[in-house]
Amino acid sequence: MNAPLQSCRHCGEPVTAMSPAAPDFCCAGCAGAYELLGELGLTSYYKRRAIDPKVRALRPDEDEVANFDFTELASTGPDGNHHLNLMVDGIHCAACVWLIETLLQRNSAVLQARVNMTTRRLRLSWQGEVADIEDIIRPVMQMGYRLIPFDPAALEQATTSRNKELLRCLAVAGFAAGNVMLLSVSVWAGYFQGMGGATRDLFHWISALIALPAAAYAGLPFYRSALGAIRNGRVNMDVPISLGVILALGMSLAQTIRGEPHAYFDSAITLLFFLLIGRYLDGRARGQARSAAEHLLSLNARSITVIEPDGTRRLVAPQKARPGMIVLAAAGERIGIDGKVVEGQSDIDTSIITGESIPELTRPGSTVFAGTTNISAPLRIEVTATGGNTLLSEIVRLMENAEQGRARYVAIADRVAKAYAPVVHSLSLATFVGWWLIGGIGWQDALMNAIAVLIITCPCALALAVPVVQVIATGRLLRAGILVKSATALERLTKITGIIFDKTGTLTTGKPELVGQPAEEKLMLAAGMAANSNHPLSRALVRAAGNVTALPNVTEQAGLGLMTRGPAGPIRLGSRAFCDVSENAAAPSDITGPELWLSEPGVAPTRFVFRDTMRSDAPEVIDTLRKRGIEMTLLSGDRESTVRQLAETLGIPNWQARMSPTQKANHIQTRSDAGKHDLMVGDGINDAPALAAAHASMSPATAAEISQNAADIVFQGDRLGAVIEAIDVARKANSLVRQNFALSFAYNVITIPLAVSGFVTPLFAAIAMSSSSLIVIANALRLHAKSGKPDKASTKPATKLSQQAGA
Amino acid sequence: MSNLLLLIPIALFLGLLGLGAFLWALRSGQFDDMEGAANRILFDDDDVKPSDNSKKFNQGDS
Repeated sequence: MNAPLQSCRHCGEPVTAMSPAAPDFCCAGCAGAYELLGELGLTSYYKRRAIDPKVRALRPDEDEVANFDFTELASTGPDGNHHLNLMVDGIHCAACVWLIETLLQRNSAVLQARVNMTTRRLRLSWQGEVADIEDIIRPVMQMGYRLIPFDPAALEQATTSRNKELLRCLAVAGFAAGNVMLLSVSVWAGYFQGMGGATRDLFHWISALIALPAAAYAGLPFYRSALGAIRNGRVNMDVPISLGVILALGMSLAQTIRGEPHAYFDSAITLLFFLLIGRYLDGRARGQARSAAEHLLSLNARSITVIEPDGTRRLVAPQKARPGMIVLAAAGERIGIDGKVVEGQSDIDTSIITGESIPELTRPGSTVFAGTTNISAPLRIEVTATGGNTLLSEIVRLMENAEQGRARYVAIADRVAKAYAPVVHSLSLATFVGWWLIGGIGWQDALMNAIAVLIITCPCALALAVPVVQVIATGRLLRAGILVKSATALERLTKITGIIFDKTGTLTTGKPELVGQPAEEKLMLAAGMAANSNHPLSRALVRAAGNVTALPNVTEQAGLGLMTRGPAGPIRLGSRAFCDVSENAAAPSDITGPELWLSEPGVAPTRFVFRDTMRSDAPEVIDTLRKRGIEMTLLSGDRESTVRQLAETLGIPNWQARMSPTQKANHIQTRSDAGKHDLMVGDGINDAPALAAAHASMSPATAAEISQNAADIVFQGDRLGAVIEAIDVARKANSLVRQNFALSFAYNVITIPLAVSGFVTPLFAAIAMSSSSLIVIANALRLHAKSGKPDKASTKPATKLSQQAGA
Repeated sequence: MSNLLLLIPIALFLGLLGLGAFLWALRSGQFDDMEGAANRILFDDDDVKPSDNSKKFNQGDS
């Protein structure tokens, strides 16, 4: 890395000496953006913004090759106005929202531009032609934001509508609980001040009038879930909740009709209110994590460029490709389809599929797979397979087989409910039978006592025990850039005894770095040539050399190397064959890895060796995990020498190279059959089945789409420490959940005997239920309190610029 | 007693009014972006040309 001279005035990234717009800007794009804002009089943006190092730097992509067909997802309303939903990447803070909206509203065609800061989505309405959209959004793109059109119907439906329903139920329950409680307090006060029977009955009737319809509506999420569970022959937490609420309301109604003094309307509706709060917050926390994960995925989405028989180019979505179509893959672009190369020669980075770190040479006739990256030269590819015939769908099949094991996992709350429900229900029945037959009171009074048992044990604290902890744990991880997508992920994470790592892109950054110290003048010459190329090895050379000016007159031969004319003859930089270096040329061959040769006329060739470097904190992370006695394994699709090297450096005793996706998944399956619980950490398409098979799984945000979907947890940033952070939070959360269950049971141990013996009144029930819920919530909040220190350590202050943001 | 007959319906009516207002706000999308709403109040429109101001205030969510 270069020593930063100063920060770019637009994007805040360090400016290097080789920047064309030094010393103020890191690149011409940033200089252009700054100038544009100056012209528009919006430079106050720079004063009010706060750069978030976790968000991609606001650098306009000069070499952004794939664009989108923005008109495809635009819809036109009956009034002739057009609407489009876009994902926005690069929002750092509220000032970015302001800037985007202001930039768009400067265009008189724009009717509405509103950025949702939570989901980082933009809704745009404009009048005029549909095709104007590209002109409208150009200023925003020039600022360095990336805009990706999406179909809201495909993304939001499930979680958002469910959460909105919960919020509506919560509002209804809250209204009813407040009003019923108001009446109930009067009734309780009436016990002591001698309220007349008629007034009490009137209050009960009004309470019934409010509580019954409210509970019928607000309880729907619980009733549905309970019915579903019973139909499948299972018991979950919602069964005792539903039963408790319905019986309490039914009994209270009967009591009211008979003019008896005790009614439990307030208990039933407050119970629903509390539980809905827990459930809504839980759903919202997971919804945030999921929408962040969707956001990351959509950033990888790319259109493909189809070349029509008449030579015109058209951007289409990858799923619209048909066999026989010719697709153009530009240099640096991710290939979107499986196919056969018909024209062009290039290097293909296949690490995401095979784990192989050295790019593969591709010629006409070679097969390429969706997900790989075309590195050096444009390729024309004929689409050979779509839909069910692609490599990806093969992986999906493997994943589905592997996933069945995990589907059997039962959440701790449901396990508790399974043990708890029969005990409570039989206890209640015993109370009824006991009072009626042995106690010798009327069946109505016996039923009263039995239902009181149900109400008092009604699992308010028990049902809140898990969700409140989950909310706080997921929120804390979300702030650290760790997205928990699955509801039971944290629970499963606490059980793991071993961790299985993938190599390329997981333990390593997936970017090659120069190894060793070559002679200074050779390095400068090579880097000067390399500055003309986009090949990852060339970029690594430039990074290693530091201040480099690109040499003029350098030609690139795709798949081979670079050539320029020196005073004494051609100078070549490229593969061994390209530089005419014989196979047994003297080279310190103990270092293996991708290599480049520099040959000058009359001088011995120089060899540059590269290595895929480890994530910077990988050694500490592995060390910490080893000290905790976690068994670690390295499974890679890469060649043996590279894998061994890394395993030995990090001190991972078990490693296997050249693993196929099936072998990886089978390895995990075998271990889990032996009773071991593994956490799989991987990023490649070849890791997806293993991610699905493992007891728990994590993926970096740079991972392939399918792997991110398969993983329970996605972590952002360059730090592998996210693995430890996630395990730590999961363990703390687990112990808090257990404490909460213990507290709930302790509460039941005290109250059940009172209920069985018939001493419970509605006032007592209300106090007991509220206090137990509050204790459980307060206990869960302890996770929040502890999060202060680690949070500060992992999130750098927003004003301090970090190099990793742009990496 | 008769004051109860007046006060209880009034209390319920006010409560229902609040509930209705909340449900309306929810339906009109005002709870979609809590983070943005918290920050939006800090935007000032100094830099926006006067002609654009009128539009800015009129563009509520549909």
